[in-house]
Amino acid sequence: MREIHVDEIIQSVKEMCMSANYNLGKDVMDAFNCAREKEESPIGKGILDNLIKNANIAKDNQVPMCQDTGMAVVFVEVGQDVHITGGLITDAINEGVRRGYTEGYLRKSVVKDPLIRENTKDNTPAVIYYDMVPGDKVKITVAPKGFGSENMSKTKMLKPSDGMKGVIDFVVDAVSQAGPNPCPPIVVGVGIGGTIDKACNMAKRALLRPIGEASSKEHIKEIEEILIEKINNLGIGPQGLGGRTTALTVNVETFPTHIAGLPVAVNINCHASRHEERVI
Amino acid sequence: MKKITTPLTEEKLKDIKAGDTVYITGTIYTGRDAAHGRLIESLNKGEELPFDVKDQIIYYVGPAPAKPGAVIGSAGPTTSYRMDDLTVPLLKLGLNGMIGKGSRSDEVIEGMKEYGAIYFAAIGGAGALIADSIKEVEIVAYEDLGPEAIRKLRVEDFPVIAVIDSEGNNVYKTERAKYEK
Repeated sequence: MREIHVDEIIQSVKEMCMSANYNLGKDVMDAFNCAREKEESPIGKGILDNLIKNANIAKDNQVPMCQDTGMAVVFVEVGQDVHITGGLITDAINEGVRRGYTEGYLRKSVVKDPLIRENTKDNTPAVIYYDMVPGDKVKITVAPKGFGSENMSKTKMLKPSDGMKGVIDFVVDAVSQAGPNPCPPIVVGVGIGGTIDKACNMAKRALLRPIGEASSKEHIKEIEEILIEKINNLGIGPQGLGGRTTALTVNVETFPTHIAGLPVAVNINCHASRHEERVI
Repeated sequence: MKKITTPLTEEKLKDIKAGDTVYITGTIYTGRDAAHGRLIESLNKGEELPFDVKDQIIYYVGPAPAKPGAVIGSAGPTTSYRMDDLTVPLLKLGLNGMIGKGSRSDEVIEGMKEYGAIYFAAIGGAGALIADSIKEVEIVAYEDLGPEAIRKLRVEDFPVIAVIDSEGNNVYKTERAKYEK
C-alpha cells in the first residue's frame, strides 16, 4: 500500500488555490479569442477585449483575476491502494485552503453559519467530494466557485414525459432569467438524472470539462449543441450588454435515474471558469 | 466616451445617458450586502450615517486583500440585485450614483427616476484590470466586516458603462433585444 503524507496534500491544495485564481485556463483564453472574432456587438467585442486584458494582468502580476476568489470546491479521487498518513485528509485539504487564501492574498468569502453570517476569516471550510477509484494515487481538483454565478443556478424535478424538450426549455429559461447577473460569457454545467443531489453534483462536475470537449454520448452531444445555439440566440451577450456570446460552452453530464423522475440541475459559472488538478 | 469628476451632482448626472462609456475620477465609496444592512439599520434608528451620501457614488465591491506594495487587491463589481431592497432609502438621501453589475428591480429604477440617480456597470470579473484605476484606499466604517467594510476610494479614469439612466432607459433591455433571435 502506497503512503501519502498529509503535508503533500496541504502543499498541493495551497498552491492550486492560488494558481487557479491567478491563471485562467488556456481553453477559456482560446474561447475568448474565438468569441471576440465572431462577436457582432461592438460593446460585446470591447468587453471581451477587456476580459482578455484582465486575464493577462492577473497572470503577469500573479493576482486574482476576480475579487470573488470563491468558495473552494474540491474534488478528490482516492485510489483504494493509498494510505494517508499524518492526519485526516479532510483536515489537510482545509489547511491547504487556509494557507492558500491567506498567503495568496485571496478574498476570504466564507461565513461560519448561513444565518448568523460571521466570516471564518480563512475561507474554510471547503466543499469536498470524495470518490474511491482503483490505483495508488490521489487526484485533487480545486475549483474556486464565485457566487455571482452560483446564485443563478437552478434545479428542477421534471416529469419523465417532459423529456428532452423539457430539459432544454428549463436550461435555456434558467440562463435567460440569469441575464447579466452571472458575468457572461458563462460556462453552463448541466446534470440530468440520478437524484436531486446527484444532478446538482453532476452539474458542478460538468463545469470542469474543458471547453471544446463534447459529451461522448451522441444524444447528449446533440443536446449540448442545441443548448449552446439557443442560449447564444438569447442576445444577452458579454456582461449582459447585448451580443452573440452569452455562453462559451454547455457541458451536460448524465446518470441513470428512477422510472418516476427526471431531475435536472443547471450550475452556472462566470467567464472566469477556474479549476486546477494534480495527481499525487 | 464621457469623463466625470465626483461629486456627481444632479447637473452632471443629467448629461449621462444609458449606453455612455464613462470614466470617473475622484472619490467613490464601497459598500455591499452587510454594509448596506448596517446603513439601513442606522437610518431606521435615526442615527447619522458614517458618510454623507449626497451626490456620492457607491461601488458594490468587496475587494481582495492588497498584496504588499499594492493599494488594493482585485476589485471588480459584485451583483447588484442583492442591494435592491436597501437602495431607495439612500437615493432619498441624495445618493446619485451606483456601480455594480447585473439588473435592478423595478422599485430601484422608479426610485432612480424619482430622486435622480444613475446606475453604472463595471465589468464583472475584471477585478485585476479595474484595480489599476484605484489610487488610494481608506476604510471609513465597519472595519470588522473585512472585505465588506465601507472604503473611500480615490479613483482615476475608473471605467464604467451607464446602463440605467435617471430617465429609466435600460441598456440591458435595449441591447439584448437587438441581438435576440
